[in-house]
Amino acid sequence: MKIAIPVNDKSLENGVCQSFGRAPYFLIHDIESKENTFLNNSAALSRGGAGVKAAQMIADNEVDALLTPRCGDNAAGILKVAKIKLYKTEGDSIEDNIKAFNEGKLSPLMDIHPGLHDHGGR
Amino acid sequence: MKIAVLSGKGGTGKTLLSVNMAVIGENTTYIDCDVEEPNGHLFLKPKEVIKEKVAVKIPVVDMGLCNGCQKCVEFCKFNALAYINNKLMVFDNICHSCGGCVLVCPEKALTEKDKIIGEVQKGVSQGINVLSGILNIGEASGIPIIDKLLGEEPKNSQKTIIDCPPGSACIVMESIKDADYCVLIAEPTVFGVHNLSMVYELVKLFNKPHSVILNKCLDGKNPAEEFCIENNIKILDKIPFDSELGTLNSNALIAARESPKYKKMFSEIFKKIIEEAQHEAAVNP
Repeated sequence: MKIAIPVNDKSLENGVCQSFGRAPYFLIHDIESKENTFLNNSAALSRGGAGVKAAQMIADNEVDALLTPRCGDNAAGILKVAKIKLYKTEGDSIEDNIKAFNEGKLSPLMDIHPGLHDHGGR
Repeated sequence: MKIAVLSGKGGTGKTLLSVNMAVIGENTTYIDCDVEEPNGHLFLKPKEVIKEKVAVKIPVVDMGLCNGCQKCVEFCKFNALAYINNKLMVFDNICHSCGGCVLVCPEKALTEKDKIIGEVQKGVSQGINVLSGILNIGEASGIPIIDKLLGEEPKNSQKTIIDCPPGSACIVMESIKDADYCVLIAEPTVFGVHNLSMVYELVKLFNKPHSVILNKCLDGKNPAEEFCIENNIKILDKIPFDSELGTLNSNALIAARESPKYKKMFSEIFKKIIEEAQHEAAVNP
């Protein structure tokens, strides 16, 4: 089973990124082998639709769950079709969130925001 | 003759100047290109309004023809397409209707359908043709509405005032592209100067003859005036900071219709603008 987390850096030290679509990197963590892979998020610098492109990337990497502080509705729509479960991260620590996920302590992400396209979701 | 009124930031007096010029000229047309928040109609209160919807094209996929090559997904700079679980998903709300995905699809699985994004409204206010565009909330771009609006300008209009959106983005470029003359209106703040400098760059880029009107002028230092002097930009006139004018305007009244004093003031400004525009047309045809 693989999980994805938007992260600030290509390391476990610099925390979970507060944005999903515009996170600079994604950590792909394999629960069984404990192997970590960092992906450059090519959507981070998109003019628009970063959430869509990032979600496509997460889906293409065949992860089973996404741990993220927030997620927009376009991206959430893609992740739903791709059958990727969404969990809400707690705090900034990447390792604490992986641990909490393994212990079944993370809640599903329910508050999907309307997206930041349309200049702030007006 | 088409006169565009623009400013970097909102609230500097584009609509104030535009509606007052519209009522002073004869046989004028007022076009409100600020389609995200049109307000000129609140002042001009047009009658006999005719509404017409504006649609853009968005892609529709025939999954029977789609082979999953994802060329459309890779092509879309706005990321309006995703291919998940052997299914192409289209995100209408971020599609910019460029039609590129339809062109790149090797299987001809994509076609286009109409999507209404807003409307244009045409009416008359005491002999002035009033055109307004309204973009529906949440749509990606007002450009198709501005394009439609500018195409609706009556042939017999002698003077057309284009009330532009704030800023210097694509919708402003679309609004000024056919203008004969650009009037930049600025307020005396540092923020105002920053935004004035952006529209100044824009009109230079478009090679449009232009000048500045300084609004809300107070005694003392005026950063916008200093910017114009430093950059050798013509200052055509100054409108004082005036609570009577502000009060009329905030009650959706057109000052030039309400008081001879303001009629005189805006007539003089309008005359200078027309003279400048005619002069430019003669010197740089």
